Amino acid sequence: MAVAEPAPKKHYIVVESGDLEQPFRWSAGTYGSKFLTEIRDNKKIWGIKCPSCGRVYVPLRSVCGPCYVKLDELVPVSDEGSVVTFSVVSFGFVDPSTGQQRPVPYGYAAIALDGADSYLLHFIDETDPAKIKPGDRVKAVFEDDDKRTGSLLDIKYFELQR
Amino acid sequence: MMAATRVGVVGVGMTVQRSTRRDVTGIELINEAVRAALADAGIKRKDIDAIVIGNMDHFEGINYVDTWSVDGSGALGKPIMKMTTGGTTGSTVAMGAYYHVASGMFDRVLAIGWEKNSESDTTGAIITAFDPFWDRPTFAGAVAGLALEATLYMNETGATEEDAAYIAVRDRRHALNNPYAHLRMDAKVEDIMATPYLSWPIKLGDMCPRTDGACAVLFASEGAVDEFPNPPAWVHGVADRHLWAYTSDPYVNQKVVGGTWFPAMERATAELYEKVGITDALKQFDVAELYLPYSFAGLRYMESLGFCERGGGPALVHSGATDMGGECPVNPSGGVMSSNAIGATGLLRVAEAALQVQSRAGDRQVPGAALALATGFGGCYWSDELVLGKEKPDKVRG
Repeated sequence: MAVAEPAPKKHYIVVESGDLEQPFRWSAGTYGSKFLTEIRDNKKIWGIKCPSCGRVYVPLRSVCGPCYVKLDELVPVSDEGSVVTFSVVSFGFVDPSTGQQRPVPYGYAAIALDGADSYLLHFIDETDPAKIKPGDRVKAVFEDDDKRTGSLLDIKYFELQR
Repeated sequence: MMAATRVGVVGVGMTVQRSTRRDVTGIELINEAVRAALADAGIKRKDIDAIVIGNMDHFEGINYVDTWSVDGSGALGKPIMKMTTGGTTGSTVAMGAYYHVASGMFDRVLAIGWEKNSESDTTGAIITAFDPFWDRPTFAGAVAGLALEATLYMNETGATEEDAAYIAVRDRRHALNNPYAHLRMDAKVEDIMATPYLSWPIKLGDMCPRTDGACAVLFASEGAVDEFPNPPAWVHGVADRHLWAYTSDPYVNQKVVGGTWFPAMERATAELYEKVGITDALKQFDVAELYLPYSFAGLRYMESLGFCERGGGPALVHSGATDMGGECPVNPSGGVMSSNAIGATGLLRVAEAALQVQSRAGDRQVPGAALALATGFGGCYWSDELVLGKEKPDKVRG
């Protein structure tokens, strides 16, 4: 069975959206604000604990999905943890937050912070997959004091503890 | 009084799936699939009672597809509902159309899924589907998210990159039988292994392409199926689960949900198989059209779909059971590894499953196929699943 092939793309006009920007301003909410304020001002990581099942969540959230109860107990979580799984990102793509290509390659991991039951996805300081394995210990490296803005990227990356 | 009714797929239309369709706008692409579906079902626009349509807005920057495309979709003056659930959009649209008809409120409902992935940076657009300040700063879209799953899978089972490459080879070889498919190639495992890494351990050859394409599928009530020239492909049952919020959540399997690997798929599968009476997926399904967005999915998801034991994916696929001619061929169409116009992709799985049980799949037909599984995958490891059959089910099973 044959299908009709479209004509070559050179025959058609492409209309560019141009360099327009539509910036957004997102409320971080009560707990997101607490988390971001604490990493900015004190380089401290906080989790939130479910009164029903006892799980400690990072990222913070105001509801435990499985228990469907409201959360309000903030608990300190370590800035150290272990790699659960990882990748090394090496393909180019547009970071929609900046409109620019995100620099590659970079190490990327799901990190189980000590004291938390959920994971945080963040950068790690290794780009050779042969030198990373699940279970490896990592520690957060924070931005310099004058560069922290109240963003998840106030944690620059997690450093493998060798 | 309206009552729940059994539902059959009675018409299928699809566009060719290609990397770039500059010859058409999104509206025109939609229209191409709709016209094909109407022609296939032998009916006119006026006979359609309602339309369910979906895509992922951020790929085209078109946020109002239901209204914007009303001329092309044929929805002018008719009930229309937009459904968007990420990668599962196409399968959710199918389930939405099914629910419309099964409820007894509509007799002929057209499901439409489409995407023009050529119109933006796919990874950049996917990132905007996730949480603005928890996820986006470090997330690198589907490729990197799936790479985390692949690493975990290899670490837990000993599966290899070569095992995964087999899936890329299989599906694109199957696509040689499907003139609509985007990537059609007779590659070898070593060819896939020689492609560059995108996000270790995923290589270019392990990943689905980005595609422009559309699909439309007509669902009809039990009382209306005889109006159409095609034999109905009956919907035997559907199930879906959406479990996760943040991109890091799916890897929490062991701690949060008690040892399961892919809880959304495993829970949807348990519900669906209970409803439909599936106790041995490999034996009972004649064919499966699965949303496998990358090669490793063709190993791991077979385990969560009950085709083999945990860790048994590589042995299953190397046995040939999922090849054309095997016990349950997977993706005779070439699947997602060959074509991924994201909003159309889940619906194409349903369309292909319907064509199989109607014995209308042309060169990609599995001889005698009577029961088919179709799935959708997306978001934070979400899962939609549908069973279609040649035989009319004995009752409405949800």
